[in-house]
Amino acid sequence: MKVLMSGNEAIARGAYEAGVRFAAAYPGTPSTEILEEFSKYDGVYAEWSPNEKVAVEVTIGAALAGEKALAVMKHVGVNVAADPIFTVSYTGINGALVIVSADDPSLHSSQNEQDNRNYARFAKIPMLEPADAQEAKEYIKLAFAISEKFDTPVFLRSTTRVAHSKAVVTLTEPEKYKDKTGFTYNAEKYVMVPVNARTQRVEVEKRQQALKEFVEIFPENKMEISNPDVGIITAGMPYNYAKEVFPNYSYLKLGMVYPLPEKLIRNFASKVKKIYVIEELDPFLEEQIKAMGIKVIGKEIFPYTLEFDPGIIKNAIERNTEGAVSPYKKSLSPRPPNLCPGCPHRGLFYALRKQKVYVHGDIGCYTLSYMKPLEGLHSCICMGASIGMAHGMSKAMKEKGKGKVVGVIGDSTFLHSGITSLLNVAYNNSDALIIILDNSTTAMTGMQEHPGTGYTLMGKEAKKVNLKVLISALGIENIKVIDPLDQKATRSAIKEELAKDGPSVIIAQRPCALFKRANIKPKPALKVDPDKCEGCKACLGLNCPPISWKKGVTKEGSKRKGISFIDETLCNGCGLCEQVCKFGAIS
Amino acid sequence: MVDNEVKSILLAGVGGQGILRASDIICEAIMEAGLDVKKSEVHGMAQRGGCVTSHVRYGRKVYSPLAEPGSIQTLISFEKMEALRYLKFLRKDAAIIVNTEEIYPPAVNMGDAPYPEDTISFLKKHYGKVISFNAAEFAQKAGNIKTANVVLLGAASNLMDIDQSIWQNVIKNSFPEKLVKINLDAFQMGIDA
Repeated sequence: MKVLMSGNEAIARGAYEAGVRFAAAYPGTPSTEILEEFSKYDGVYAEWSPNEKVAVEVTIGAALAGEKALAVMKHVGVNVAADPIFTVSYTGINGALVIVSADDPSLHSSQNEQDNRNYARFAKIPMLEPADAQEAKEYIKLAFAISEKFDTPVFLRSTTRVAHSKAVVTLTEPEKYKDKTGFTYNAEKYVMVPVNARTQRVEVEKRQQALKEFVEIFPENKMEISNPDVGIITAGMPYNYAKEVFPNYSYLKLGMVYPLPEKLIRNFASKVKKIYVIEELDPFLEEQIKAMGIKVIGKEIFPYTLEFDPGIIKNAIERNTEGAVSPYKKSLSPRPPNLCPGCPHRGLFYALRKQKVYVHGDIGCYTLSYMKPLEGLHSCICMGASIGMAHGMSKAMKEKGKGKVVGVIGDSTFLHSGITSLLNVAYNNSDALIIILDNSTTAMTGMQEHPGTGYTLMGKEAKKVNLKVLISALGIENIKVIDPLDQKATRSAIKEELAKDGPSVIIAQRPCALFKRANIKPKPALKVDPDKCEGCKACLGLNCPPISWKKGVTKEGSKRKGISFIDETLCNGCGLCEQVCKFGAIS
Repeated sequence: MVDNEVKSILLAGVGGQGILRASDIICEAIMEAGLDVKKSEVHGMAQRGGCVTSHVRYGRKVYSPLAEPGSIQTLISFEKMEALRYLKFLRKDAAIIVNTEEIYPPAVNMGDAPYPEDTISFLKKHYGKVISFNAAEFAQKAGNIKTANVVLLGAASNLMDIDQSIWQNVIKNSFPEKLVKINLDAFQMGIDA
């Protein structure tokens, strides 16, 4: 049967077809849909773990029990999970373990564009890279087969373009699940104390040698010889871009990007006159092929940064610097993503901005508040970093920083990797104010469950962590819970907690306006009274999508140059603008 | 390449307009017609009121889900000014379908930037075929403003060589039963627009 599937849906399907029934992940674009889709298949166990490190550890445990286990994360999630990943490479996995790394060239939804192929080489773990949805489905099966055969974790790398593009996929009959679970005692292999790890370290190199022989005959490393003048070595999505614009060149398409098939590459090089290595981001293949003594053209002409498209490849090879242009020459107003109407974060950041503090931000929808006019936060590095950074800045600035340093973090992000930093804030007695933006869900990636939601990925009711009790147990004594849409209460809570010595935490609690499970009924849309509006633009400071300002609507006896309007079809009636208006013009 | 001409459609608009659903329906129809098809889109940030685009590419065999700049034959713009944002992707003889609805970006809302004027006449001057109408008005007539995306699909179907029976089937399978009739009506309004 043929169906239209995204790369992510295909990875989930492929895992199911391979007989995989166990998976764990933390959501992150562009990987999120893999577990959401996988969790819908019959007889599977799939969980959102609190973070990627936990997800990998959970799947290692399942694999040691004999299961075929799947761990899924976005590229930066692999950083979080790197600790267990590097050492499970030593122990091997008993059952099977595949780790999906969804990279994001062009940083469509990420804070960096690291090339995770480097992890394969660094951790000595083989890595497959599919070029479209059909291959994604087949490669995840191959990844499990390789994992079983070589007793190794295997990486499957996808990129945003593979994950979120759709293609026609042929489904096949799923393999029947066989329960192979049981205890396998082998402390020398699984207890990584130095004496055992030294032995396993040698096993890793033996496995590397075996894999290097295997890749020479691995059928997804494919040579297509047509025009011998030009040969292209590539992998993943760039293969499609190159085939599109240069259908008649010769190709060596690598289905496995680590380790490389040296003999096959030499064979290919002997058949073509000139070789281009086409790869996004790092010269990962190029440097290894050059180290083999083979002359290739790569990053001299292709960009190091951002994702490719067919035009970039064509223009680079043809040395064409012009490319297609738009006949429209005027500048177009950009359309940046924005906090939604009714978003609770808007209220918090509007109040916070009035305090003239330095705000360390974190990863979530609220990061969008850094833009004008809210300008709600001033730094953002990675998941969970805000609390540690706020503490560090506060300590470094001593008296100068007192009452002026804030860290903000979402509920899902706090549970992902903020708890230990908050423990540090209490332990080392920080003056920083930490605000937890508790919207009851993982909003940015599309409302995924987490330990604070009371539900699991599979839709079952679950133990719901009590944030206040948790924070108190970490040693924080000053804890306030507020509703960020109540401006007066929010402002006074922030002021009070900033003034206190020692650590304080404010929990700004209100569910995401889009969160269906919270079942919030939007209130009636608000209206601007054109007789009362003075055109002061204060409401525009909220950057709320329904609010606009029209020039030229003047009023007798007033200096106003225009007035505000509210688009009733977009307004969710949250009432923030009503609180912000000094003239009582909004109701 | 004559035996394998790959055609490209670009759908563009603003988050929340049903662009990704519309491109899914186009792909399903192409697949039903027996052709290869790939599409590309970006999720995540785009859903918060930002720009959304989707490339759809079809033919006997398709490699890239992304079209080369200067190669796209059809643009379906779900919002008026968004039609101007991606013109470098279009061929000079491209056909353009534009929803004349205006959704202001933040800078226009604040009165800091103008909303482009004369978009339609500019497009008509530079491109072979421009079909413009207010899809939201048709959608309202069909009974649900959210079907504006399907109205635009109806208009686009006039430019594609796919049997009406295939479109009807795909639309029937794409919506819950109670919404099928409204969407079929919206589709027909797009055909007649």
